[in-house]
Amino acid sequence: MSILLDRASRVIVQGITGRMAQFHTKEMLDYGTNVVGGVVPGKGGETVFGIPVFDTVKQAVAATGADTSLVFVPPPFAADSIMEAADAGIRYCVCITDGIPAQDMILVKRYMMRYPRERRMVLTGPNCAGTISPGKALLGIMPGHIYLPGNVGIVSRSGTLGYEAAQQLKDRGIGVSTSVGIGGDPINGSSFRDILERFEADPDTHVICMIGEIGGPQEAEAAAYIQEHMTKPVIAYIAGLTAPKGRTMGHAGAIISAFGESASEKVEILSDAGVTVAENPSVIGETVARVIAKRAA
Amino acid sequence: MDIHEYQAKEILAKFGVAVPPGGLAYSPEQAAYRARELGGNRWIVKAQVHAGGRGKAGGVKLCNSEHEIQDATNDMFGQKLVTHQTGAEGKGIYRVYVESAVDFNREIYLGFVLDRSTQRIMIVASSEGGMEIEEISSQRPDSIVRSTVEPAVGLQEFQAREISYALGIPTALTQQMVRTLQGCYRAFRDLDATMVEINPLVITADNRILALDAKMTFDTNALFRHPQVAELRDKSQEDPRESRAADRGLAYIGLSGNIGCIVNGAGLAMATMDTIKLAGGEPANFLDIGGGATPERVAKAFRLVMSDENVEAILVNIFAGINRCDWVAEGVVQALTANPVNVPVIVRLSGTNVEEGQKILAKSGLPIIRANTLMEAAERAVIAWKNDRKQNTTVRAI
Repeated sequence: MSILLDRASRVIVQGITGRMAQFHTKEMLDYGTNVVGGVVPGKGGETVFGIPVFDTVKQAVAATGADTSLVFVPPPFAADSIMEAADAGIRYCVCITDGIPAQDMILVKRYMMRYPRERRMVLTGPNCAGTISPGKALLGIMPGHIYLPGNVGIVSRSGTLGYEAAQQLKDRGIGVSTSVGIGGDPINGSSFRDILERFEADPDTHVICMIGEIGGPQEAEAAAYIQEHMTKPVIAYIAGLTAPKGRTMGHAGAIISAFGESASEKVEILSDAGVTVAENPSVIGETVARVIAKRAA
Repeated sequence: MDIHEYQAKEILAKFGVAVPPGGLAYSPEQAAYRARELGGNRWIVKAQVHAGGRGKAGGVKLCNSEHEIQDATNDMFGQKLVTHQTGAEGKGIYRVYVESAVDFNREIYLGFVLDRSTQRIMIVASSEGGMEIEEISSQRPDSIVRSTVEPAVGLQEFQAREISYALGIPTALTQQMVRTLQGCYRAFRDLDATMVEINPLVITADNRILALDAKMTFDTNALFRHPQVAELRDKSQEDPRESRAADRGLAYIGLSGNIGCIVNGAGLAMATMDTIKLAGGEPANFLDIGGGATPERVAKAFRLVMSDENVEAILVNIFAGINRCDWVAEGVVQALTANPVNVPVIVRLSGTNVEEGQKILAKSGLPIIRANTLMEAAERAVIAWKNDRKQNTTVRAI
């Protein structure tokens, strides 16, 4: 078992004919991801690496039985593509696109609510590296070989910091059940809390590594959930201790605007909730290893 | 993206928000002329800078004659206004806005923000206008009224009425208040703002609701569909290094330390700054060169970081995934060969083909200091920076 994505996931790539999308589709195929189709309006009937391209997501779902989508569509059209996936019955969607207007994401989130919970699509991203269940499937742009299969769940706002964590775990022979990038935007599909809930329920995830940063309420909300509902140990690292207030640090969402949004406040809130906080990014791997050893003892 | 007060007022007025009559000036003479145009005998002269707290910093003056306007603006033009929001370096005053002074009985705070908890547009209002929202929430939290907007239907009239009554606005002015709230909301929604703030919104002595100040911030991701908003960008209000970086597609923020950073990924860039601080140094900048870290971007990054004269060492921290470390290392070597730098350079690579990457750096013959972990890199950067500083001081002493 793994969360959100596994060998059985039938994947379509929206925007598959783009240069970056083609490159990463090839990487995903090489990793063993079951990519069954692509969607580009106006290019239905073409193929990419032998994969059929459709004009609409509905056509792709009808023809291939797809249940998972990767959105690689430029920012002005990305929100429309996500809503199209939600309406076509896709169950899980990852949006890689960086630069989607925040109000478009507000509408996307509202649109997804029109479907009853049991058929509502799960969205992660936008502006994220994607999701990988090592040894099973890769849905995104991360380098697959830095992840060993295993039992640590990773959830991260930042792409490269998530890689950093996975590499440090691999260097210690520690594997990952699923790694989920939730993205650096202020309005995103899934929060830390949403992903933590899934890891808590996943029998193959034993320990969770959460990588946050300054800005927004999601780390504090996660802390409250961890304290009240989680039985599995959580290790966290929070980036941005030296970030000045009121400045956007690269990610649109990384800006301190209210209490509880600075890195030091987040570290304090998470520590109070019983989370083991790694004090610098070089010790994420060893902190996870220590927690696993303690758990085994 | 921030805009000036006078620009925000012009936009809001188009959406039905009432503002006092005013005129923009680029010189003291023009300011006096604007006052004459407006008529009356009392004017407010306001420095146009992208920052709050102008009043306390001396950027807002009440004037009773054209002569006073000339004097006040003479003191403003060309100066840097330092408020609690600008940092010590301040922001240059190149435009002033002259408005007819208004007598008022009440001040209200009105803000529209993107609320990240509810993931909707939220209205925040308080009967305690004039103070900043941080002060209001710490001193008079009970005065704050909040209302979130359902995105499918937009701000409803009943919500606007509820806010008006909760603020204790007289019933005779309810319709004016509703029009003000809906105007702000429509401006926010139609132009992809991320913040609209009117502080204060006043009830005048003659019973009108008027926006005495206005601030708007826009979503840079949405500027592609609002060219008329994009045109309002004022580079004189930006850090020149940051403007240059933004024009080259790099996310850069200048800080006050001495160790320059070149990193791929925003999260990793923040983590690198934090680690430098932990190691006893101070970062000179935040810089995210993007996930790809191509040789061209690495070269651009070196030039950008070196344009800060406070930089006395550079730490390069790249996680190379799909673009391998050997390739990134070649990019670093190329950049440093083409444009040698006179400060210590510390390079830490991680990810795919690390060993090959390290070999390329070692063989290059360039004085690159290598490190395996980020902590190690930060420690070496701090040591190299301190040593380099000592040597330089000795040389200067001789």
